[in-house]
Amino acid sequence: MSEVTTLSLTDLVQNIKEKKLSSLEVTKGFIDRSEKSKILNTYITEDFSSALEKAKSFDNKPNFDLKLPGIPIAVKDLFCTNGVKTTAGSKILNNFIPTYESTVTKNIWNEGAILLGKLNCDEFAMGSSNETSFFGNVQNPIDKNLVPGGSSGGSAAAIAGNLTPITIGTDTGGSIRQPASFTGTVGLKPTYGSCSRYGIVAFASSLDQAGPISKNVKDCALLQEIISTYDAKDSTSIEFKRKSYSKELTNNIKGKKIGIPKEYRVDGMPKEIEELWTKGIEYVKNCGAQIVDISLPHTNYALPAYYIVAPAEASSNLARYDGVKYGFRSKGENLIDMYEKTRSEGFGSEVQRRIMIGTYVLSSGYYDAYYLKAQKVRKLIKNDFDYAYKKVDAILTPSTPSSAFKIGEKTNDPVSMYLNDIFTVPVNLAGLPAISIPAGLDAKGYPLGLQIIGKAFDEQNILNIAYAMEEKIAFKNKITDWWIK
Amino acid sequence: MIKDNSEYLISRDSNTYEVVIGLEVHAQVTSKSKLFSSSSTTFGAEPNTQVSLVDAAFPGMLPVINEFCVKQAIKTGIGLKAQINKRSVFDRKNYFYADLPQGYQISQFKYPIVGEGTVILDMPNGQKEVGIERLHLEQDAGKSIHDMDPQNTLVDLNRSGVALMEIVSKPDLRTPDEVSTYIKKLRSIMRYLGTCDGNMQEGSLRADVNVSVRIKGSEKLGTRCEIKNVNSIKFMQMAINYEANRQVDLIEEGKTINQETRLFDIKKNETRSMRSKEDAHDYRYFPDPDLLPLEVTDDFIKKLKADIPELPDDKKKRFIDKFKLSPYEATILVSDIDISKYFEEIIANSDIKLATNWITGELFAVLNDKNLEISDSPISAKNLSKLINLIKDGTISGKIAKTIFELMMDGDKDPQKIVEEKGLKQESDPKAIEALIDKVITDNPEKVKEYKSGKEKLFGFFVGQAMKVSSGKANPQLINDMLKKKL
Repeated sequence: MSEVTTLSLTDLVQNIKEKKLSSLEVTKGFIDRSEKSKILNTYITEDFSSALEKAKSFDNKPNFDLKLPGIPIAVKDLFCTNGVKTTAGSKILNNFIPTYESTVTKNIWNEGAILLGKLNCDEFAMGSSNETSFFGNVQNPIDKNLVPGGSSGGSAAAIAGNLTPITIGTDTGGSIRQPASFTGTVGLKPTYGSCSRYGIVAFASSLDQAGPISKNVKDCALLQEIISTYDAKDSTSIEFKRKSYSKELTNNIKGKKIGIPKEYRVDGMPKEIEELWTKGIEYVKNCGAQIVDISLPHTNYALPAYYIVAPAEASSNLARYDGVKYGFRSKGENLIDMYEKTRSEGFGSEVQRRIMIGTYVLSSGYYDAYYLKAQKVRKLIKNDFDYAYKKVDAILTPSTPSSAFKIGEKTNDPVSMYLNDIFTVPVNLAGLPAISIPAGLDAKGYPLGLQIIGKAFDEQNILNIAYAMEEKIAFKNKITDWWIK
Repeated sequence: MIKDNSEYLISRDSNTYEVVIGLEVHAQVTSKSKLFSSSSTTFGAEPNTQVSLVDAAFPGMLPVINEFCVKQAIKTGIGLKAQINKRSVFDRKNYFYADLPQGYQISQFKYPIVGEGTVILDMPNGQKEVGIERLHLEQDAGKSIHDMDPQNTLVDLNRSGVALMEIVSKPDLRTPDEVSTYIKKLRSIMRYLGTCDGNMQEGSLRADVNVSVRIKGSEKLGTRCEIKNVNSIKFMQMAINYEANRQVDLIEEGKTINQETRLFDIKKNETRSMRSKEDAHDYRYFPDPDLLPLEVTDDFIKKLKADIPELPDDKKKRFIDKFKLSPYEATILVSDIDISKYFEEIIANSDIKLATNWITGELFAVLNDKNLEISDSPISAKNLSKLINLIKDGTISGKIAKTIFELMMDGDKDPQKIVEEKGLKQESDPKAIEALIDKVITDNPEKVKEYKSGKEKLFGFFVGQAMKVSSGKANPQLINDMLKKKL
């Protein structure tokens, strides 16, 4: 039964609960398709035989009260998984097998899900095309030699290519929403503090959030309600009333006020993005929502501020990969020599670039001019949103300034690569939730996404808006299975 | 060179220099678990047996503040009469070292938990106030062991993440004696509070010593050198002495002093340059994004204040006012919490004057001799109290008491039992005393004659003889009285 892989998560759960499908059938289905899809290079580590065992044991003793009964799920290789290699896409962790489980993955296993494997991503989640991974780039199922976006490129490609019914990625500056947009899938970056960061390999602590990437909004809501829990092991985890997002999901958004920020009409934005946005506004209106023009005046400063704050935190977070305790170690004449060789051989060039930027902006004499100023900009950006949210319930923008680009197209131009994050980064700086949904195709037939940004802790509202729009847009992803002979 | 106890000046030809000292004391917080993890902090465990995933900085591990350590730091701040900051921030101090698993130490840089305070020193020539600049919380690093393996450096992470309080003094200290008194006072306050055990051998208390010199009378501070990580008071004093003289010599030779970090070599008794200001690490401090700013309420502080025991300064005042002790006696008896407890346990049931004399006299002599802390005293407060009561009610004489005291040391024996077993009870029966004296008089007719003819000095001889005949057990007061009557 190979068509199981085309079913949504919600349908799979339904089928398993009604005993129309067994966990083993579903798991086999995804494994078979994954085996045929090696060309996409979505997996860093496959855990197929163990997944089959777990599926069998689920079927032997099924518990249909769980929210993910026997559902196989592959996750981004940034989540530490007990006993299963976790690399963060880096050579420096190529041999690292955690003895512990991240809170987010533990939450999904507790609901009956089964680990399929670990999905490719940019090294330490630093990248927008999945090309910085030590384990090679990922092919976008949309078209040959197309990047899937990044950093959760393997995750987005695995969803679009039907290799996993749902997945989790992480989003520091757009790493869930941009690849979702590039692959015609749904991606949610939750409010900062909503999902625990415990056991997730850190990139930039004050920005990192885990979130779902899915085939549709309903699946996304279901996974979000499972992974979002308060966790005392993460000091930045926030206690708030978490809703049953999938249960409370509604397409009734009548009277909702949706803000359209003028600053997101950036110079040189392709016409088709402009048109997509206009179309999105029409969809929202058709759903009975009200459009309000708003201003987020400091938007222009978000990207530079982000590329100071994120590398600064990363330069410190990645100091622990020194060859002393675990992971890759190169031989050196002495301690310093060992550090230098380990880190120059263990980290790829993008990671090294960001460590250098981060080290520079935190250096004495530069701290005030860069890091401190960036933090002030961050505050201003947050204030912009706070002010806007006095007038509107959510904000609608494009997810990315373009559709997916070709592999290798931007690798030699980091700044043009960084510009990919222009619409997603302000959200991380402000700690807000935002969802990207597929909303149309460009001239080449590549998907384009729209982003709905919400108030802090208001995931339900943006899920509802996305749900209503999804119905109106009726997007169909064109997956030709070009990689399967 | 040293003129007296109060002044420590260095003279060269026509110039006299004053030494200015400030201390950064690192005090290990008394806590069962570490500052940001639940690992144990017990000293002396097998290497790397008290290490959590957080302490070893595994990927995705996050620090969670230990509330108990926060309370300990605030209590210490209260003990230092210091400003408690309701909002403080943990920063990352970034540097690479094999025993620093995270690649950064979590510390407090801009916003410490405790601000300015004061410590009062009892110096021989009066009291001296030393200003406290700040107290902040930070993690300890692990330990690198270079001499166990010829090829490799070994790392023990048991200490990694243990909570330290760094207590920074103002440059108010002027002599090695003040430094010694300051460290002892800090230690005493923290031991009263139970916030640091002050054990220097186990590294629970160590200090970076900042030393500069200036012409006496000058207001301007000289260039300072920081002597890193000195772990005994004696070494601190030796290091200061060496360093101050080195700086004076440089100035006298017309050279300048480089601001630098130095190490004290205990074998050679000298300080050596470790790194200059130019080579100083750039620690790239920034607020730790894994931790929110630490905020405490007035109520939280109030509750901790209510928990603060009587501290040495107050206790000393009470001992002087209530028990009429001399300031000197009071200072000694409050200097350590265990000594004060011992003293107060005894005086609950015994004479204050006798207790003071016996503790500061006989007991301290024994402890000094055997190099013991009072907590390891061979004689318990309970039994010393009994001994004092036996003296007070006349059961034994002071002289016999000393004999009994010696016997008590063998297994903390009950003095009452020793008296009974050895028959050491003082003879106070007038008839028995009279018989004794009659015997002395009869046995020494010549001496009696001499005494009666005016040689009054011989009175002591008769007392001695009477005591001798009674094997020291006779009540000396009764002997005196009766001898006077009989002679």
